[in-house]
Amino acid sequence: MLNIVWFLLLASGIIVAALNGNIEVVSEAALSAAQGAVKICIDLVGIMALWLGIMKIAEKGGLIQALARLMKPLMLRLFPGIPPEHPALGAIILNLSANILGLGNAATPFGMRAMQEMQKLNTDSSEASTAMCTFLALNTSCITLIPATIIGVRVSLGSTNPTEIVGACIFATSIAMLMAVSLDYWFRTRSPWGGKG
Amino acid sequence: MLLSILTLISQWAIPFLLLAVPLYGMFKKVPVYESFVEGAEQGFYTAVKIIPFLVGMMVAISVFRASGAMDYLSRAVAPLTALIGAPSEILPLAVMRPLSGSAVLGMSTELMKIYGPDSHIGRLASVMQGTTDTTFFVLTVYFGSVGIKKYRYALLTGLTADISGFLASVYICNLLFR
Repeated sequence: MLNIVWFLLLASGIIVAALNGNIEVVSEAALSAAQGAVKICIDLVGIMALWLGIMKIAEKGGLIQALARLMKPLMLRLFPGIPPEHPALGAIILNLSANILGLGNAATPFGMRAMQEMQKLNTDSSEASTAMCTFLALNTSCITLIPATIIGVRVSLGSTNPTEIVGACIFATSIAMLMAVSLDYWFRTRSPWGGKG
Repeated sequence: MLLSILTLISQWAIPFLLLAVPLYGMFKKVPVYESFVEGAEQGFYTAVKIIPFLVGMMVAISVFRASGAMDYLSRAVAPLTALIGAPSEILPLAVMRPLSGSAVLGMSTELMKIYGPDSHIGRLASVMQGTTDTTFFVLTVYFGSVGIKKYRYALLTGLTADISGFLASVYICNLLFR
């Protein structure tokens, strides 16, 4: 599916540019996006190192495992493929908590750590495991209590009530999260895609 | 009042974590600095591993957007907006939401500049900006960090969440702010 989506984005872009007679934007867009992607990853290095370092301390002290134990009933239902008290569960909880608190740059390293732990349990390392799909369904639709960026934009543009949108954001995201979790549940239990562990 | 509480939380969250976790480690007799360095070492390799995946995805999205193909897509689905009670100005934002976080931020800021942050369009743009994450970016980065190329149904789940988030944003803004 991803092969088709990727090809369609690229091909339709190039065809539209050609038909509109501005084919020169394609090379400019492609080259600057390629450089931009590398810049994002390099910027990530420091942030990743910081939070993965802090997480290692928490892990050695047993904090991550304690967190997994605390949320055990919920986590077992969402991730039946992960053994209870596996470090993956602790990393998932940290990632989701960081997302909820709006700490985007701490959430990413925790999430990658969760992916690495889930990859150890994966039976085919080139294909997503069921647990990974559930985790990303939760992650992409996760509630944020403080949408700090957009509040900042509203303040800078002189809104009379910059935070009035917070409740609406939480409502809309809850609906999205509910849909994502239900659909993921359907996929892994009822669809022909759900066969893998 | 709410704003000052929120600012306080976001100012304190990171310093709190940076103190609380090492403090807990000391208490549990963990060699804190050595453990920190051990964990931090993985940061570099993980970040570098994402590069090919992110380059591939960002190039495709950027070509799609710069060529004007994205505008055609939003124009093609425009008749649907009237149906669900959303202003048509908001549509490019909904189409872009799963593809690029920075583009969405730019577009919603632009809409708020034109119509004002307290207009209906401005509020709707704000809510959509604050709802759901950039699905393509998250999947690319997270799957990329462990070298996974086959996403199974994850993309479909993420996009359904985006569409539901958009519909819910339109619904709640019409209900609260009109």
